[in-house]
Amino acid sequence: MNPGELGWWGVAIAVLGGAIRISTPYLFVSLAETLTEKSGRVNLGLEGTLLMGAMSGYGVSYLTGSPWLGVAAAAGAGAAFGLLHAALCNLPRVNDVAVGIALFIFGTGLAFFLGKPFVQPQAPRLPVFALGGFIDMPAIRAALEVSPLFFAGIAVAFAMRWAFVNTRWGLIVRAVGDNAEAARTAGYPVNLTRTMATATGGLFAGVAGAFLSLSYPGTWAEGLSSGQGLMAVTLVIFARWNPLNCFWVSLFFGGASALGPALQTVGVTTYYYLIGAAPYALTLALLIASSSRRHRLIGAPGELSINR
Amino acid sequence: MRGRAEAAAITAGALLAALALFALFLRANGLDPLAVYAVLWLGGFGTPFSLQATLTQAAPLMLTALCTAIPARAGMLVIGGEGALVAGGVFAVLAGVAAAGLPAALGTFAICAAGAAAGAAWIAMAGALKHFRGVNETISTLLLNYIAVALLNHLVSGPMRDPAVSLKATSWSIPQASMVGTLPDIGVHWGLAFGVIACLIAFALLKYTVFGFSVGVLGGNPRAAQLVGLPIGRLTLLACGLGGAAAGLAGAVEIVAVHGAASSSLAVGFGYSGILVAFLARQNPLAIVFFAVLVGGISASGGLMQRRFDMPDAATQVLQGIIFLCVLASNALYGRIKLFRERGVAG
Repeated sequence: MNPGELGWWGVAIAVLGGAIRISTPYLFVSLAETLTEKSGRVNLGLEGTLLMGAMSGYGVSYLTGSPWLGVAAAAGAGAAFGLLHAALCNLPRVNDVAVGIALFIFGTGLAFFLGKPFVQPQAPRLPVFALGGFIDMPAIRAALEVSPLFFAGIAVAFAMRWAFVNTRWGLIVRAVGDNAEAARTAGYPVNLTRTMATATGGLFAGVAGAFLSLSYPGTWAEGLSSGQGLMAVTLVIFARWNPLNCFWVSLFFGGASALGPALQTVGVTTYYYLIGAAPYALTLALLIASSSRRHRLIGAPGELSINR
Repeated sequence: MRGRAEAAAITAGALLAALALFALFLRANGLDPLAVYAVLWLGGFGTPFSLQATLTQAAPLMLTALCTAIPARAGMLVIGGEGALVAGGVFAVLAGVAAAGLPAALGTFAICAAGAAAGAAWIAMAGALKHFRGVNETISTLLLNYIAVALLNHLVSGPMRDPAVSLKATSWSIPQASMVGTLPDIGVHWGLAFGVIACLIAFALLKYTVFGFSVGVLGGNPRAAQLVGLPIGRLTLLACGLGGAAAGLAGAVEIVAVHGAASSSLAVGFGYSGILVAFLARQNPLAIVFFAVLVGGISASGGLMQRRFDMPDAATQVLQGIIFLCVLASNALYGRIKLFRERGVAG
């Protein structure tokens, strides 16, 4: 896509395309973190999980020739990392935030170690829906090439929202996350619930990685992730722990990520790095504005260690 | 005494477990663990040259580890060492350029002071946000890391860029005379001395002063600290500020002893490895000196391991991750080992 010929319209199209394309990994990691945090734990290690997903997805897609098997492998690797996080946090006196940082270091290292043979070869990528096939302008057509995983993410967001509100499982997860003592007294298995939630969250984060390596940008390299996994924790605060809001927040962050490079193509290069950091500054501003010493953030699960 | 022996034994056990797990990992990848460990020893500690490289790596790690360890005593989990280091490096360059006319020694002092002050302000900001607005310090320092790196990239590619350097966006250089050399005899730059001294000062401060005691009370039981009327806000800001000052000094050292100018080479992960060092040391500044050398050695041996076994340089990161996980898991063992229990106390 080359927005240069289209001038400022090109910037708008690039941001729109970015909102759709770059948002998918944001959407999956924020849903992953929402589910984990709703059960009362924080997983700060989703960046490592995401890279493991990206690596194993790419590797399996390359070895088997099927990108969908790659997605499945990424989901499996992610779930395994989620299980590891949960198993360690189930031990007494083990801090979930610290385990997350450790898994971030471990997962990143492991992905680069095991993924080294896959840096060169080209794996088959996931197909896209060309929603703009009837439009003449290549820029808009490219912007409207949407990955099936984007729709899968939306479906997961709706399903998770529905499950939190309407199902017994959702209620148990929320109860465990809001008040573990009360849930335990009522006979619900706190650690098991958190284990399931964290493992499922890891699965989603693995899929986010598979999107990066198999759809957009669609390759496996060390600089593949630009910190989407680390941002999960803040995306969730932005979304107020609501899966549907995760979708809007991800669109916003996706569009914002595309803004810097798009402005560069029309000659605005002065503030490239600052525009890239704008989402982080904005999140911090939002946190400052909405936090209070007296009460926790609206919508935040009561058991969350980072929220007290 | 028993507590210290318990911590030493459990940490040693966790390290051994990590080495065993990494050996399994190597075996699964078709490598001979004993040969790899021999090279790790050689590349990290075995020769005077490798020991030099290790200590050079360890110097900034000691300082960034303090950025996590000191606030941890006050009950906070700060992960902003990377951002504070970057902020310190940028302000060190500004001070170095501004102080160009001063005598060299004074210039060096100004550079280090500016770096430490910038780092202190950077993390104290997170402390203030926590105290006055209830913003979680882990998340705010994480965000501040990104913002610091973006500001660094912006400044060195625009406002502070030295147009004479074309290969990589680099800031103006500090005067050559302000650069510090190496320590006599061991050939490691002065940052190592700064790191060790900072750890000693932090240890004394936390153990032997009223400030250290108050911070310990605040970290142990905030409600009790409030009830006895401790100045919680001041303690929070001071603990964050001191930690940030250490990481900022690390940034200044990188400028004054290694690079001479700011560039993206400042943000290479010393802040994140510092978190690992702090947790290995159980937030004890004296232990940080030891574990910074250990982690620095693992990093320093990466190059040699890569050349000898043709394995990815991420191998050292895998090992660091496994060590981190084992040390965290070992927390579950405290109070469980009969040998270390106080007699007459029900465990």
